[in-house]
Amino acid sequence: MSGKILLRGGRVLDPSQKLDDVRDVYLVDGQVATIGERLTPGDDAHVIDCDRLVVTPGLIDVHVHLREPGEEHKETITTGARAAAAGGFTAVCAMPNTDPPVDDPAAVGFVVSEGRRAGAARVYPVGCISVGRRGERLALIGEMVEAGAVAVTDDGSPVMDSGLMRLALEYSLAFGIPVADHPEDLGLSGRGHMNEGLVSTRLGLPGKPNAAEDTHIMRDLLLAELTGGRIHLQHVSTALGVEMIRQAKARGVRVSAEATPHHLILTDEAVEGYRTEAKMNPPLRSVADVAAVRAGLADGTLDVVATDHAPHHYDEKEAAFTDAPNGVVGLETSLALMLTRLVGEGVIDLPTLVDRMSCQPARVFGLLGGTLAPGGVADVTVFDPEAEWTVDPKAFRSKSRNTPFGGWTVKGQARCTIVGGRVVFER
Amino acid sequence: MNQMTSPLGKDLVGLERLSGQQIRAILDTAEPFKEISERRIKKVPVLRGKTIVNLFFEASTRTRVSFEFAEKRLSADTVNIAAASSSVSKGETLVDTARNLEAMRIDMVVMRHGSSGAARFLADRIPSNVINAGDGWHEHPTQGLLDMLTIRDHMGRLDGLKVCIVGDIRHSRVARSNIYGLLKMGAEVAVCGPQTLLPQGIGDLGVHVLSRVEDAIQWADVLNVLRLQLERMQAGYVPSLREYNRIWGVSTARLERAPRDLLILHPGPMNRGVEIDSDVADGPHSVILNQVTNGVAVRMAVLYLLAGGQPEKAEAAKQGGEA
Repeated sequence: MSGKILLRGGRVLDPSQKLDDVRDVYLVDGQVATIGERLTPGDDAHVIDCDRLVVTPGLIDVHVHLREPGEEHKETITTGARAAAAGGFTAVCAMPNTDPPVDDPAAVGFVVSEGRRAGAARVYPVGCISVGRRGERLALIGEMVEAGAVAVTDDGSPVMDSGLMRLALEYSLAFGIPVADHPEDLGLSGRGHMNEGLVSTRLGLPGKPNAAEDTHIMRDLLLAELTGGRIHLQHVSTALGVEMIRQAKARGVRVSAEATPHHLILTDEAVEGYRTEAKMNPPLRSVADVAAVRAGLADGTLDVVATDHAPHHYDEKEAAFTDAPNGVVGLETSLALMLTRLVGEGVIDLPTLVDRMSCQPARVFGLLGGTLAPGGVADVTVFDPEAEWTVDPKAFRSKSRNTPFGGWTVKGQARCTIVGGRVVFER
Repeated sequence: MNQMTSPLGKDLVGLERLSGQQIRAILDTAEPFKEISERRIKKVPVLRGKTIVNLFFEASTRTRVSFEFAEKRLSADTVNIAAASSSVSKGETLVDTARNLEAMRIDMVVMRHGSSGAARFLADRIPSNVINAGDGWHEHPTQGLLDMLTIRDHMGRLDGLKVCIVGDIRHSRVARSNIYGLLKMGAEVAVCGPQTLLPQGIGDLGVHVLSRVEDAIQWADVLNVLRLQLERMQAGYVPSLREYNRIWGVSTARLERAPRDLLILHPGPMNRGVEIDSDVADGPHSVILNQVTNGVAVRMAVLYLLAGGQPEKAEAAKQGGEA
């Protein structure tokens, strides 16, 4: 299917092998064949000059909304998979809060086949925890896993019934998948549209307190501890949430967690002027929360960077703040923002970033890739760490443009995305 | 006259971003306009030829009528749109509403909307002047201005006065406009009400927070008593209206224990026997109806200034000239 590719002379950075040196990477028949110095490729090999570029195991985003089926005016599996490839991602995990929701094996099969048809980044389906995301009874988790689901979640909504969450954690143990939760106590946050604090008070917008997220994180940690199940906490945004996860990990609780680029970079001040492109759930929070999320990513409390890519049509965002939907797109800006603001500001180093965007996502969700070890799948990202560019939402491959980062000048850009030994994106 | 630069900028979205000087200019400009409403023929040609749309997405009688009188007494042509009878109820978006109004070449829009930020949203998208007649919980700037004008009329000043806003601060655009305006004019401001109706971080705006109405009465020179909406009780913020009246209601018995006579304001409409007792509302220190009268003058001043009128020329303008 793929032939031979030689990635010549790049800085090969693979934390899974503790490798950070100038090397050639030789990909043969969809697998990593060899990593070495001045390799001699076969005559039929496609040679890509990677001088001054960084070569890493393919980036993986475990939290994206591709909107298909049901909201194809916002995104489709094809446009989302292409946006992912353009952002340097070789794989994404598609959330099941579509219309209808992905809560049975047939729907999982649809996502798998559409993802293959897209021929860009790999698209892994995530199934619902509960039938119809209604939080009442378990969906067909076993059959969905057989059909290709790599995790379950009711994302977009939390599982409010703690008894059901316990069952989900216990039942999923048989399949080795994580149960991902959107931690939010709706009783505390239900009416809110942004972070609760001085900014929400000034703007006259109903707020969501940190406690809404914290109580739910605490609950999920307790249930994971009780059941021995694997909890994956999505888009963690609070300082106390990070600290509780840190302590739970120290106790041996099987927990993994995400940080999003927007929660790592922006505070609720970004909402100023009622900017709907800064409206998402959980909301942008305080300076102290941003600092804690950064520290959590740096020390590994938060395992992965995930974008929570949430496309919305401009008509929907062009509205009064309380009428606009939650969510921002992230696939085409994540790598550059992380390089510019996290690595550039010395919060984490480059190997740690690759770990959080490739190795850990593969480990946590049990996916292919996350390593360039010979014999592994040839999913590779090549990026230019020095390329400066300005974020222009109109140029996105995604169908939607809802980003708070439009107009930002950033440094670092994907040059080549290779999936299964096939170049799916080149710039 | 649209070519002239307004001392307020293009719009009046809120008091938070105005300077004390701008607020003083509005209050001073309102003074000469008060007299127009006392004339036998209540009309001056200041806004002759101007088209103003009063766009009300939420029910309002007092504010809408007050704006309409202000506009008509300045000779503007006005159209009233109520959401229930407009294409908004047919699903038209706010941005389409704005574009359609613009296409009709109007000069000003006075808008009330249930969403915080809606006035700013409209102001950013059309070149006409936008006046916020209340947006969600955010601001109601002309109410804040008329409250300040009324206090200044009766107390002779704002600087150094102690004003306490009592009631549902969380959901109140009137409270926010009062807080921003009064602080800029040098008043000390406190808020008082059940903690469930005080928003997070309110103290960081520079106001005192009092939980007992008795403390508010001891502290203040002026009480601005807010309406307690029935929905707040239904949503569980307070257990009952009767209990609210017992604990936070402004009554004569409580006022008798004050160290001085307190000026009593209420933005209306009142729930007599809930947040305020009738003998207080109708009593000698109540200036609630003066607020209503001043509302027309303040709105005239805002319309005049946004149309490019200069504060020092207001007296001459109302004698017959245009702004």
